[in-house]
Amino acid sequence: MAQAAGIRSLDDARAWAAAAAVPDPEVPCVTVADLGILRSVEIEDGVAVAKVSPTYSGCPAVVAIELAIEAALREAGFEPRIERVMSPAWTTDWITAEGREKLRAYGIAPPVNASKSKMALFGETVVNCPRCGSPDTHKVSEFGSTPCKAHYICKACAEPFDYFKCI
Amino acid sequence: MAGRDELFAALLQLADDHLILGHRVGEWTGHAPMLEEDLALTNLALDLLGQARAIYAYAGQVEGEGRDEDKLAFLRLELEYRNLLLVERPNGDFAHTILRQFYFAAFMKPWWDWAAVNSTDETLKGIAGKAAKEMAYHVRHCGEWVIRLGDGTDESAARMRAAVDALHRYTAELFTDTPAFKACVDADILPARDSIRPAWDATVRMVFDEARLDVPEVPFPAQGGRDGLHGEEMGHLLAELQYMQRTYPDMKW
Repeated sequence: MAQAAGIRSLDDARAWAAAAAVPDPEVPCVTVADLGILRSVEIEDGVAVAKVSPTYSGCPAVVAIELAIEAALREAGFEPRIERVMSPAWTTDWITAEGREKLRAYGIAPPVNASKSKMALFGETVVNCPRCGSPDTHKVSEFGSTPCKAHYICKACAEPFDYFKCI
Repeated sequence: MAGRDELFAALLQLADDHLILGHRVGEWTGHAPMLEEDLALTNLALDLLGQARAIYAYAGQVEGEGRDEDKLAFLRLELEYRNLLLVERPNGDFAHTILRQFYFAAFMKPWWDWAAVNSTDETLKGIAGKAAKEMAYHVRHCGEWVIRLGDGTDESAARMRAAVDALHRYTAELFTDTPAFKACVDADILPARDSIRPAWDATVRMVFDEARLDVPEVPFPAQGGRDGLHGEEMGHLLAELQYMQRTYPDMKW
């Protein structure tokens, strides 16, 4: 969990647990903590302050995610406040190992490389099919159903699938 | 040192570039040559609008007069928009749209890269970190199309050459810093626009070489967007862009 080191009290821990359990509205198999977009939750002067990083500048889910975290904190008995954190910019490197596995099981290929690896301007990556595991896949489009995904098809089992882009 | 007014003016120019281009690219939604490209163009537009929103929101804070991103985006007059002429050019055919996006992204990618690492303004640094990653996709996607069309059939090559002829003269404005930008450059908030020239030239040359396109000489570059002097098409664009807020002021979704 991203903020284990920052937890100073039982209330901090409870507030984090409540916010961390909120599912992503577009990809409900993973939580906001799995994706690494929930940066921290801390109690400041009686207010639970949750820091959230958007995945893409234009991600339409940003507001829905913030509202859901706010509601979850309120439900758990806290007075919530959401802060949108732009810097440092969110990266797919922050998706937890558990989050990656949940994505794969859900049928979305998790990001392949660390975001700083070669990934040159016209670089190619091998994406394994989340269904059969074959590396023999073809990129149909750099862009998919949401800003964070690309569209692939598996040449081995013919499954069309989403790939969570590495940024 | 960049004062409040200069930072606000520079942010507005920057945000206008992204809003107007985002709107233009968004006009393709539902009209692209194939479904995958429809999704791609819509995604590109979404990136630009998201970046515009973040910049306008920050501009509103800097101005400190209670104008939010919606007021800045929708309730100004044509003369008050300070975007590059390149971004307001009509979509034309697919080759025009792709080339316009390629020119813009090939500039913004290295420009944001600098700001993401070096800017002394923390908010802009954060916006830049996100935008640089997004613009890398724009360069790659549009660069691939420039190559495919330029080195494609007789018809696609002719259309791509026509797009280069029509649009190349709008690219010089990318490298011109206004007084507001210059003040931000002096304060290490933003990179000097002409410092991006070598990176932009290299990207364009690399793609044009593969696309069998020539980089044309431009004797008379088009300028004026930063002074609010727009082409005729800008008014038509704003009429559509501002329609809802003009008809129902302060409406919310």
